[in-house]
Amino acid sequence: MAEGLTIQAVEIRKGDQPLIALDRHVAPGTVLTVMGPSGVGKSTLLSYLIGTLDPAFTARGRVILNGRDVTGLPTARRGMGILFQDDLLFPHLSVGGNLAFGLAGGDRAARRERIAAALDEVGLAGFENRDPATVSGGQRARVSLMRMLLADPHALLLDEAFSRLDAARRESTRAMVFDTARARSLPVVMVTHDADDAAAAGGPVIRLGDTPR
Amino acid sequence: MLGPVAAGLWGALLPAMGHLPAAGFIGPSLEAWSALGAWPGLGDSIRLSLVTGLLATLISLAIVTLIVAGWWGTRPFNWIERALSPLLSVPHAAAALGLAFLIAPSGWLARLASPGITGWDRPPDWLIPGDPWGLSLTAGLVAKEVPFLLLMTLAALGQVRARAMLTSAQAMGYGRIAGWLKVVFPAVYAQIRLPVFVVLAYSMSVVDMALILGPSTPATLSVQIVRWMSDPDLSMRLVASAAALLQLALVLVALAAWRGGEIALLRWGIAWATGGGRGAMLDPLRPLGLGLGALSALAVLGGIAAMALWSVAAGWRFPDALPEALTARSWMRHADGLGAAVGDTALVALVAVALAVALTVGCLEAEFRRGRPIGRAGIWLLYLPLIVPQTAFLPGLQTLLLRLGADRGALPVIAAHLVFVLPYVFLSLGDPWRAWDTRQATVGAALGASPGRVFLRVRLPMLLRPILVAAAVGAAVSVGQYLPTLLIGGGRVATLTTEAVALASGGDRRAIGVFALAQTGAALLPFALATLLPLVLWRNRRGLHG
Repeated sequence: MAEGLTIQAVEIRKGDQPLIALDRHVAPGTVLTVMGPSGVGKSTLLSYLIGTLDPAFTARGRVILNGRDVTGLPTARRGMGILFQDDLLFPHLSVGGNLAFGLAGGDRAARRERIAAALDEVGLAGFENRDPATVSGGQRARVSLMRMLLADPHALLLDEAFSRLDAARRESTRAMVFDTARARSLPVVMVTHDADDAAAAGGPVIRLGDTPR
Repeated sequence: MLGPVAAGLWGALLPAMGHLPAAGFIGPSLEAWSALGAWPGLGDSIRLSLVTGLLATLISLAIVTLIVAGWWGTRPFNWIERALSPLLSVPHAAAALGLAFLIAPSGWLARLASPGITGWDRPPDWLIPGDPWGLSLTAGLVAKEVPFLLLMTLAALGQVRARAMLTSAQAMGYGRIAGWLKVVFPAVYAQIRLPVFVVLAYSMSVVDMALILGPSTPATLSVQIVRWMSDPDLSMRLVASAAALLQLALVLVALAAWRGGEIALLRWGIAWATGGGRGAMLDPLRPLGLGLGALSALAVLGGIAAMALWSVAAGWRFPDALPEALTARSWMRHADGLGAAVGDTALVALVAVALAVALTVGCLEAEFRRGRPIGRAGIWLLYLPLIVPQTAFLPGLQTLLLRLGADRGALPVIAAHLVFVLPYVFLSLGDPWRAWDTRQATVGAALGASPGRVFLRVRLPMLLRPILVAAAVGAAVSVGQYLPTLLIGGGRVATLTTEAVALASGGDRRAIGVFALAQTGAALLPFALATLLPLVLWRNRRGLHG
């Protein structure tokens, strides 16, 4: 099982308090959903996967992406994209500038063309020079997704990515993200507290911190 | 930060024990101490230092507490907040000179009230400023320290849940001021304790303000130290060193006394807070707080207006409220000296601020990447040069530099300024830097950007405004430095501040007006730039205009 994201015997502790233990393989194009109440360490798992674990935690285990061990690599070289509940567009860059930040390589004309095409793909053609603060929340979410995709990630992490959107926009944004992941065969790890998100993802679900009753 | 302070104190200790080989004194001996003890003004100057320092701190803290307790979150408070930055950036010397222009017997206030109210057609022969009790000096200190403590209080309020605490106290029937004092003040005071210590140490040992507003026979201990330092008789340096150590001891004693007062007040305060009284009778004090705050602001702003008027006054005879005519003659006459002083001021400030900002940003970024914030010890270290009085360690530092032959040129002055600029830049930038959403860095890294690229392309541009504000704070601090410029520069680096203070004893009001106004402008300009530049650079980026 070389393709996909392998979370191999991962154990995260805070001091001597065990927090998370996980051993899973996420196949390309599928979504692993991690659920649980706030404070059980769902986001800690994602920060471990992407390489920004707070030094207060210690972790064991390996993260293997498409057969490549990325455990010790810095975030920039892991090849994983991440979406948070806030779109986190860089406020000092234009919409096009945000996309250009994610896009690597290519000469000036080719880059401009790629960005125009990407904006067109999410229904925002001609938005290059707009201030991200002046476009709607749904549009920002789409720019944020497209920015991440332009960096050509091999896996997708979603940290409560849809929880700030209202019900109507939530469904369409979710569908867009999952469709894209399937189309590009990206393994996805989604952290959420919302059962609808889990149902829409359709993949396996892990519950953290729930005591069976 | 420990380096220069420790070196300076060491450099004072040896001469104080009679050891200064460069001048032919070989110790150890206690001659410096006995000479200091034999100085007839010693008792008075010690009393002056203690009384002005403690009084100024107490009054400033009381005014600030009354203002925030009575008015925080109201419309008048917004006005106060807006006046804060300009008031803060007015250099101490300029504020002192301005106050002198207002309250002197021949000052603007007397002119406005004469002869109509006072009946004076010539100024009375009063010793103001320079009264032997140091009241003018205390007033000047209060006018400058109120904005500082207010700023520190506002920063502290961001960290405690003041709004909710005050509302719940008011819901239980407590008056606004009593509720604030009983519930919010303890949390805020814990946060501003170090700044209060800074104010106390500064007020006890300030030199430029004391030269302008304080008495002269005897002067405060710090002024006397500077006089001894510049005495052509080199044995006076030994006395100055001994006095520097005495000054340090005085500040430590005052800090200990203040701490004792805190403990006593805490014990009484707990009894008061749990006594159940709703304290509604305190609320009539609200106008007093606003009035005192306005008075301290007017003392600074009115002083600047008076100096501006004098700098362009043609003839201005005594009881006239305004000059006969306006002229640019004074500015033209001093253009050369002014230009040279502006050059020195700008050189020292720009280099010191650039170094301070680079060091601060480097420290904060390293702290972020290592994930370990600066500890309590680090904060104390940062505050050290602000709490140890300048007159205690700068004379020693100068003696050391003299021995190393490094007492020439602008470089030592820049280094000395850096010691005082760095803490303020760090304190100013630290909070906004840490408040930055670090998920932005995660997103940037996930997009393939190296930590260096995230730093340069994402974090620095997003934090442009706080960085510029911190630089402006640093520039104002550097522009206002008197003692480091005078002592370390050995009189060869003439900034607007040293020139203005040097003119103060002469009594040429037009010249003082020109230089003090230029000094104020030099401190204000960076703030204006820090406000305007982000507006221009990010004019199309609404997300960056909070």
